[in-house]
Amino acid sequence: MLRYIGKRLLMLIPVLLGISLVVIILIDITPGDPARMMLGTQATEEQVEQLREDLGLNDPIYVRYGRFLWNTINGDFGTSLMTKRPVADEMLLRLPYTLLLVSLSLVMSVIIGIPIGIYAATHQHTWRDSGVMFLSMICVSVPSFVFALLLIRLFGVKLQWLPLSGVESWRGWILPCVAMGLGLTALIARQMRSDLLEIIRQDYITTARAKGLSEGKVIYRHSLKNAAIPVIMVIGGVFGSSLGGSLIAEQIYSIPGMGDYIMKGLSNRDYPVIQSGILVISSMFALVILLVDVIFALVDPRIRSQYVSKKRGRMSKIAKETEEIQAV
Amino acid sequence: MEENLLEIRDLAVEYHTDDDVIYAVNNIDLTVKKGETLGLVGETGAGKTTIAKSILRILPPLQAKLMSGEIIFDGQDVLKLSEKEMRKIRGNRIAMIFQDPMTALNPIETVGYQIAEAIKQHNKIHRSEADKRACDMLEMVGIPMDRFDEYPHQFSGGMKQRVVIAMALACNPGLLLADEPTTALDVTIQAQVLDMMRSLRTRLDTSVILITHDLGVVADFCDSVAVTYAGEIVERGTARHVFKSPGHPYTLGLFGSLPRLNSTERRLSPIKGLMPDPTDLPKGCRFCDRCPEASEQCREAPPAGVETEPGHIVKCHLAKGAG
Repeated sequence: MLRYIGKRLLMLIPVLLGISLVVIILIDITPGDPARMMLGTQATEEQVEQLREDLGLNDPIYVRYGRFLWNTINGDFGTSLMTKRPVADEMLLRLPYTLLLVSLSLVMSVIIGIPIGIYAATHQHTWRDSGVMFLSMICVSVPSFVFALLLIRLFGVKLQWLPLSGVESWRGWILPCVAMGLGLTALIARQMRSDLLEIIRQDYITTARAKGLSEGKVIYRHSLKNAAIPVIMVIGGVFGSSLGGSLIAEQIYSIPGMGDYIMKGLSNRDYPVIQSGILVISSMFALVILLVDVIFALVDPRIRSQYVSKKRGRMSKIAKETEEIQAV
Repeated sequence: MEENLLEIRDLAVEYHTDDDVIYAVNNIDLTVKKGETLGLVGETGAGKTTIAKSILRILPPLQAKLMSGEIIFDGQDVLKLSEKEMRKIRGNRIAMIFQDPMTALNPIETVGYQIAEAIKQHNKIHRSEADKRACDMLEMVGIPMDRFDEYPHQFSGGMKQRVVIAMALACNPGLLLADEPTTALDVTIQAQVLDMMRSLRTRLDTSVILITHDLGVVADFCDSVAVTYAGEIVERGTARHVFKSPGHPYTLGLFGSLPRLNSTERRLSPIKGLMPDPTDLPKGCRFCDRCPEASEQCREAPPAGVETEPGHIVKCHLAKGAG
């Protein structure tokens, strides 16, 4: 298992190389000039040209790419062109906010979404199932910023229960997490429901019933673990995309997170911020996907057997002891 | 051998889909004596599996509707039992072997666990005791017990079927419903599995309903035969009677479509046509459209059962009663 994880970590290197290449090419072909933005419209053409030269923006793309790679490998994420602050320091301050926002909303969606999915699947063809699925359809379809605004209007402005924005106290986290989590909850619930329904129709569930197991055991012991595999995949994917997608909630609730940082970097053409920010987000995405694959292996022996050396369990011990006794 | 272990009377099952009603089982009667092996023969879609699943009450609850009938098992009507009482029968006193061993086992639980689970469910014993009994069951079906902790994907098809059989026999059931236990297996493994079932049957004195479309297996293995067609039992009797003097044209047709080594005929004579659409069954005899001897009477009225020999009942207008 460790060897597998090591191998997967090594495979991250080409992935990240590819991502950084795509990012630098995209930046290169996007119009806009950071030197001009820094100096403002008053500056002369010569001043701008001088600054471009100083920042190394006039170098060919492969030189810039090489420099970026070399610096990153040495742990230097560069300095922001706008704020002149090291990008690494800024990211270390901002990353916890984004991670907390994404994790909280995801934990909320898992805790609520999975039971809802199970409930809907076990009540298929009843009004309960249709009702739950109708609601979840709405939650999946409505973009999270609409929820964010509605929630602010209701709980922030009208009822004044929760702060409108800012996360100085724990109460400030509630609205952004709910706004982000509603869609995810519905997504996870729908996925759970459809996977469980698929599994319940399998022959081995009929076998389990034919053994005389109670419905609870049939669902929780035999169906849920099998149905969990695609759900885990969705949760992993959602976690990854939320890392980037949190920027909307960060903007609306003024949370100083990564999304907000990259967004500002983009509008200022602040290349070091964009490059390093995207690289960090992508690495985390890749790590989450790796984690998902490891969880897969833990749940499903068919996947596990592909890279775990054969281990004999406790029964083989009993068998061996019996053999020894018989031999005596 | 005299006592009836299972008695099915007038059982009718329908499947309701969005647009259609499928008449899967239509008013069948069936008895199985203690220690007897009954072969339930018929084409795909004739309702064989539905009959077996009705006995265990594991039909898909939303689509399947039990329209009428009684299933008396050991003096009790299983259709009238509560779900809780039913669970005590399932896997314990009536067990089922499923058609496809590839899909009948849970892929993410060890085979040992899956066998021990059935034992633990019906006996108040400690887990380690249940595990030990499960090991014994594995050995009994010819699988070394050190494979207890392995997963279904590590087994071949034939071995999976043995595991399924071990699971079904784990609680020494009085009645075993074997739904095409050998269909998914190749011929050599088929013979092994049948031999094993035979020896287990004699050892445990279990009654068996063997669902199959393989007449050879029936001749080899069964005491009596029931031939199903379009949800009806068109002929039933002892294996000897049915094989020696088949009374229903459908049964004759089944025999006609078997290749025989000692025959000079160069071509098989398969039954022409297809089974009637189970959503739209003919009002007369179900077989009349394919029957070479069908008359006007056959199209008009469904035939009643005629006893051609003692215990040999044929549902055909042309059948002649004994004596």
